Amino acid sequence: MIPLSWYLIVAALLFGIGVYGVLARKNAVAILIGLELMFNAVLVNVLAFWRYLQPTGTAGLVFAVIIFAVAAAEVAVGLALFIAVYRRFGSSDVDDINLLKW
Amino acid sequence: MVTTFVFVLTAAVMLVAALVAVLKNNLVHAAMGLVVTLFGTAVLFVLLEAYFLAVAQVVIYVGAIAILIVFSIMLTRRVGADWGQQTNATWPFALLVAGLLTVLLGLMVRGWAAVTAQPASQAVPADMTARLGAALVDPNGYVVPFEVASVLLLAALIGAVYVAWGGRKAEKDAQG
Repeated sequence: MIPLSWYLIVAALLFGIGVYGVLARKNAVAILIGLELMFNAVLVNVLAFWRYLQPTGTAGLVFAVIIFAVAAAEVAVGLALFIAVYRRFGSSDVDDINLLKW
Repeated sequence: MVTTFVFVLTAAVMLVAALVAVLKNNLVHAAMGLVVTLFGTAVLFVLLEAYFLAVAQVVIYVGAIAILIVFSIMLTRRVGADWGQQTNATWPFALLVAGLLTVLLGLMVRGWAAVTAQPASQAVPADMTARLGAALVDPNGYVVPFEVASVLLLAALIGAVYVAWGGRKAEKDAQG
């Protein structure tokens, strides 16, 4: 069997790539892509821990199902917001959305 | 042996595709990278014997979320506009933070005895999907989080339609 740490390292790398995407990208949809990568890293972690530490229980799977639902809700609301923002500002770059100033 | 090979191959493809998803200036290409990463995650779920979630991953993430992302990339762009530079001015700091986070996570995984120790490998019960379904609607199990998640989805659905519609004025503007 593959050691648990391999899964965790792949998930950590995926999460790090997602963090870079969220912090460095200018376009709001690209930021969302980074967020999805982070969600997936967490899902891999949850299921790896479920498989290696408690494969006869259901807790890990239920966690993953709830994360799926939350991710779907987050994407739906996020994309609706971006479309509303695009209609208002004519751009979906977060640099251009500067209603709040200081 | 085969499992190890599949794992290493999938992990390599996934990480390259994830880099494409965050580095490409062309956002449609980035979305394709995301799709490949999501498929890779589904393969890892199969390796972890979470078959129901592997299918759900393909249906929900690849089938719905990726399509939504491609749609919104195409809806929020002018035809033929140049993609241009897609990173903001502070990207070196983003690289620093992300790199530091990854290195620290890796060190944590390495130094953790519980992770490197090979646990007695238990088999996943054959009726795991049935058990998961029963646990989700079991009053002594997870029925409350399940119902909260469904209310959240309904609220997100209504909220998304309301926000994206923008009222009658926007509809008239769209018609010209």
